[in-house]
Amino acid sequence: MSDHTPTGWKRWAYSTNHKDIGSMYIMYAVVMALIGGMMSMMIRLELAEPGLQFLEDLHFYNVLVTGHGLIMIFFVVMPGLIGGFGNWFVPLMIGAPDMAFPRLNNISFWLLIAATVLLVGSVFIGGGAGTGWTMYPPLSNSLFHYSSAVDYAILALHLAGASSILGAINFITTIVNMRAPGMTFHKMPLFVWSVLVTAFLLVTALPVLAGALTMLLTDRNFGTSFFAPEGGGDPILWQHLFWFFGHPEVYIMILPAFGIISHIISTFSRKPVFGYLGMAYAMVSIGAVGYIVWAHHMYTVGLGVDTRAYFLLATMLIAVPTGIKIFSWIATMWGGSITFETPMLFAIGFIFLFTVGGVTGVVLANAGMDIMMHDTYYVVAHFHYVLSLGAVFSMFAGFYYWIGKMSGRQYPEALGKLHFWVTFIGVNILFFPQHFLGLAGMPRRIPDYPDVYSGWNMVSSIGAAIAGFGTLIFLFVIYKTFTAGEKAAANPWGEGAKTLEWTVSSPPPFHSFSEPPQIDTKPEAAE
Amino acid sequence: MLSKFNWFIFSLVSLVGNLPYQAHAQMAEPWQFGFQGAFSPSAEKLHEFHSLLTVIIIAITLFVLALLIYVVFKFNRKANPEPSKTTHHTLLEIVWTAVPVLILVVITIPSLRVLYFLDRVEDADMTVKIVGHQWYWSYEYPDNDDMTFDSYIVDEDDLEEGQPRLLTVDNALVVPAGKNIRLLMASDDVIHSWAVPSLGVKLDAVPGRLNETWVKVNEPGIYYGQCSELCGVNHGFMPIAIKALSEDDYAAWLLEAMEEFASNDNDNKPLKIASLQGKASVWEGSNE
Repeated sequence: MSDHTPTGWKRWAYSTNHKDIGSMYIMYAVVMALIGGMMSMMIRLELAEPGLQFLEDLHFYNVLVTGHGLIMIFFVVMPGLIGGFGNWFVPLMIGAPDMAFPRLNNISFWLLIAATVLLVGSVFIGGGAGTGWTMYPPLSNSLFHYSSAVDYAILALHLAGASSILGAINFITTIVNMRAPGMTFHKMPLFVWSVLVTAFLLVTALPVLAGALTMLLTDRNFGTSFFAPEGGGDPILWQHLFWFFGHPEVYIMILPAFGIISHIISTFSRKPVFGYLGMAYAMVSIGAVGYIVWAHHMYTVGLGVDTRAYFLLATMLIAVPTGIKIFSWIATMWGGSITFETPMLFAIGFIFLFTVGGVTGVVLANAGMDIMMHDTYYVVAHFHYVLSLGAVFSMFAGFYYWIGKMSGRQYPEALGKLHFWVTFIGVNILFFPQHFLGLAGMPRRIPDYPDVYSGWNMVSSIGAAIAGFGTLIFLFVIYKTFTAGEKAAANPWGEGAKTLEWTVSSPPPFHSFSEPPQIDTKPEAAE
Repeated sequence: MLSKFNWFIFSLVSLVGNLPYQAHAQMAEPWQFGFQGAFSPSAEKLHEFHSLLTVIIIAITLFVLALLIYVVFKFNRKANPEPSKTTHHTLLEIVWTAVPVLILVVITIPSLRVLYFLDRVEDADMTVKIVGHQWYWSYEYPDNDDMTFDSYIVDEDDLEEGQPRLLTVDNALVVPAGKNIRLLMASDDVIHSWAVPSLGVKLDAVPGRLNETWVKVNEPGIYYGQCSELCGVNHGFMPIAIKALSEDDYAAWLLEAMEEFASNDNDNKPLKIASLQGKASVWEGSNE
């Protein structure tokens, strides 16, 4: 095919091609994950034993906690799942030639690089931001964080937010307008559904964060007092605005994971997804309910008891569509003819671990019960089960599922399985004991702890070391794939893989479809 | 007689829920699985509710795990070479929507009861105002001439035999056991959170706000907690200790303490909004 493809560095820096931009997002996410992971290793190293062993500077510990959170959320999971897999596979799955706004796609990526420079810069300027990723004022106000580190972090989030909003507009436009003939909304692959819902969440939630960040910026620098009580402001206002964004943000990170897992389960069970419409609308309802539950992050700030009762009830609701998804995945496997390649292992692991994170979420939803758990390691365990073991497992699953398609070379199967088992064992040893620590009352975000907590902390740190070793295996898998990987066929997974990306070559040509594919069979809802 | 199954559930719950029950478990134990002991009506209610939750979430998790294991062994390629084409089962879909709703109802009713019980107390016997600072707590007794004292962490090198590291303070909050105590929270600088796990209390101390909760300590003893909202460099080093005394001992302590802390006045402290509120109550008191 004679495409006018730019070559050399221009191909990447000037890229308007969704696949190249997707690849850059994925590489970027891997690099940032290594940095964020390194930070968590330093945290676990310090917490392995009581006392202060490695970190002299306690502020630096808070900087690590803040940096780990911000990097993993804004610079690993979001770019990896949405920018990476979303960019690569949304156009392919709907039979579109590219994203609707290719140049917007380019600036989305490069804004993220600028954001990274600012965020990394904040660590080296004025000692870094030790506010936690939630940046609660007054701690994040100029009185308590006088250096410009917090300003850098705010501007980094502004840019990352702008990048995500532009990306989301691009996805919505692409999905609404550029589906191949015959692909109605109800025939759209579930990953496309998940990205569509995610994009709506991004477009509506991120401006709220941007507004709050701007208020914080002017509080810090221009003498306003939105969040300062001495000027008539209220620190709790920040928390409302932040979590009005922050809770949809949680679903922004997990919905694309749902989409990926649905495809993998279906492919390796050699069955269409069970209850396709229920799955799609479960995601829509999770997205919708996600807007009205934000204050369950704020049960101890002193909200009125009736308010907490409302948020308790609303939060409970989310368990219903989530349960539908879990059972539909199992029903998809039921009656299937399952093989257990690496992506499937990660997907099954995802279902179980997400269930564990989900049921502790139900515990935490109880406003009264949360008094015991709030700001303890129970919460840390909960959100790492849904994110570190949920979203990240789905990223690994997606990587193994699609790397053959993306690179044209298949990963080494045995090493991939080894990576799964080491990671699975490591993260469970790492995070499961944190439930015990939390129940016993150990607070989050402390560099040293009373000696009674030392046992489980040591276990947890050993788990971190195992999971870290798993990461090294993953890097080796990447190396082996690109140096010695077998050439991947257009569809290496056989009859179960029904979506459109498996109809083009591996890797797909620069312009994926020379003419729009005609959709006459239902790809997902096939009877 | 408990059936075998009930025994299983019971031991499971006690393992995960309330393993380290003992007379004076004021702080956590090494290798602890569950909560610290319960020493207030609130904590008792929370323990009871958590036992219910634990049973439910373990049952759900095991159910999902069992389904996954069944599917993996029953429907792998070897066991089942021909995949079925089923993609819908309306009854099943209704069931797995309705049953979780029922489970949530079972959880929600006791949950709301606990929530409203924990909120505040109608007939408080006394009031304590707790103010968070970077990085110590101060305790004010508005019923006793606004007696005020600060509570700092005791440095590791100054600990006496048997005092726990990172939990011991110089002046614990002292209260009478068995009395309903209204707790008011405020902060002088950033947000802190006053938490004592064995008493089932956790409430943020927010500058510019006055938060209220309550506690009743069942029996004399000393109960430990830690600041539970990131408040800066020394967030991990502003522990909480609350000492409950019998009524007589408390009366004796109060006399001594009012003597000892009488010289504590706030006039030399820098004036901030949060401390202004304390001032206002001082003035009201002196008008009486």
